[in-house]
Amino acid sequence: MFTGIPTVQQTAVYVYQTPVRIWHWVNALSITVLAITGYLIGSPLPSLSGEASDHYLMGYIRFFHFAAAYVFLVGFLFRLYWAVVGNSYSHQLFTLPFWRRRFWSELLHEVRWYAFLEQEPRKYIGHNPLAHLFMVVIITVGGFVMIVTGLALYSEQTGLGSWQDQLFGWVIPFVGQSQDVRMWHHWGMWVIVVFVMLHVYTAIREDIMSRQSLISTMISGWRMFKDDRP
Amino acid sequence: MATTETFYEVMRRQGISRRSFLKYCSLTATALGLAPSFAGTIANAMETKPRTPVIWLHGLECTCCSESFIRSAHPLVSDVVLSMISLDYDDVIMASAGHQAEAILDEIRHKYKGNYILAVEGNVPLNQDGMSCIIGGRPFIEQLREVAADCQAIIAWGSCASWGCVQAAHPNPTQAVPIHQVIHDKPIIKVPGCPPIAEVMTGVITYMLTFERIPELDRQGRPKMFYGQRIHDKCYRRPHFDAGQFVENWDDEGARKGFCLYKMGCKGPTTYNACSTVRWNNGVSFPIQSGHGCIGCSEDGFWDKGSFYDHVTDTRVFGIEANADRVGIAAAGTVGVAVAAHAAASAIHRIKQRAGEHHEENDQA
Repeated sequence: MFTGIPTVQQTAVYVYQTPVRIWHWVNALSITVLAITGYLIGSPLPSLSGEASDHYLMGYIRFFHFAAAYVFLVGFLFRLYWAVVGNSYSHQLFTLPFWRRRFWSELLHEVRWYAFLEQEPRKYIGHNPLAHLFMVVIITVGGFVMIVTGLALYSEQTGLGSWQDQLFGWVIPFVGQSQDVRMWHHWGMWVIVVFVMLHVYTAIREDIMSRQSLISTMISGWRMFKDDRP
Repeated sequence: MATTETFYEVMRRQGISRRSFLKYCSLTATALGLAPSFAGTIANAMETKPRTPVIWLHGLECTCCSESFIRSAHPLVSDVVLSMISLDYDDVIMASAGHQAEAILDEIRHKYKGNYILAVEGNVPLNQDGMSCIIGGRPFIEQLREVAADCQAIIAWGSCASWGCVQAAHPNPTQAVPIHQVIHDKPIIKVPGCPPIAEVMTGVITYMLTFERIPELDRQGRPKMFYGQRIHDKCYRRPHFDAGQFVENWDDEGARKGFCLYKMGCKGPTTYNACSTVRWNNGVSFPIQSGHGCIGCSEDGFWDKGSFYDHVTDTRVFGIEANADRVGIAAAGTVGVAVAAHAAASAIHRIKQRAGEHHEENDQA
């Protein structure tokens, strides 16, 4: 029936289950704490005066770094578990369908959309291919590298024979020496910082300009589509 | 050669009293991190066991390991150990020379086949058929291979023999390589440092001679008793690190008060050695105690890890030296600007699109 009033039915799909949403925000918080404290471990705050016994600043900074690191690690392991038991979108983070032609054509389309060469973006229930690629490379691979190098560095203080040393101590001679592991762990921080900037920007931009919801989806779990066209 | 002599007999012959001998045994037990009861074990072993010969070869090196060794803090230690090994072969400190000296090598190799310890100071240049290091008219690599073939175990003295050190630093014109890249079929004990601490050297030798086994090694082949922890872990300035009290300049108040040297590029947190516990020159001091950061001389490739005064390694990216912070801040800044520009462009694009749609709607109406 034509009423003269344009109607748009907003379809919605439940994408991000509660555990995934909680993990996302816990992860965001732990990465923020890790990046700030990590930077301060590499470049400490201005020196404090007085007696050494009056302060424990580096101690606290390092404590928060290690505490946040364990939160990140437990979150990562939990997320891995949820990829197995969660819904079909939950294992996107750990699988990249690079063997599919369609993935690459959609990726190109998405790049062209960001370069203002496409009039309209396509609809995606899960991640768009560009986001998917970045998520896998930075959060999964990058997160894994940070966990492995981080635990290797942590094993230097827990000492020979500790579980950190037995599981990850080999990383230090594998990379070169302790200083090299530090350097790559430090580089990893900057890679993640740049990713977070892009992630926040594109999430806001796509929330406004794309044909689906993004920010609210990570809060409610529901992906809302703004139109009915395919 | 006094083949049946025990260590103890050799020591007594050198004029060392029994009292001094026992003091040496307890000191060694302590240095090795053993219980006090082991002083007796060491004494007993030294009194009863025939001494094991040690051959000390010199490759491409600066002799700083030997210099350190002969200045062993407890004079007795160097006396004892030197009397045990100088009789055999060490081309820097032995009395004989020329063919006479080389003859000793052959003699020990055949007489003590499989029963002598080979200590190597310096490393092996492979370029130009090994011509960069000639010993007795032949490339060092030949001498090393021959002597290593019949030895029990190899001690790699210093960072040169362990990792490569300065002669293997970029671009390494002589293609100097550490011992473990040349000899593959013998246990190798790495005692890195440039030079290693004298007491660490004598401690390792004494352990091997006394217990007839190699000390427990870590993943990289270093004795755990001396290289199990970082300088940072036992540094007496560590409380200042935890408190957040740092030297910011070489002449500031923090430097006078002995604050942590981390910000001055101290490599203590990444260096495995015993400096902060054993110290140097009869336990008088060590670099950090004298106000200078650790330069990480016992770590692999320490010459190629950027400045001695910067604990963040420079990375060679496309031939440009830059460190993670400089590149990271630049990258974050660039991305920030790009994001802002892209956001602005997106907004303009959207306004234009909206305007276009509006026109279309008006046209339809």
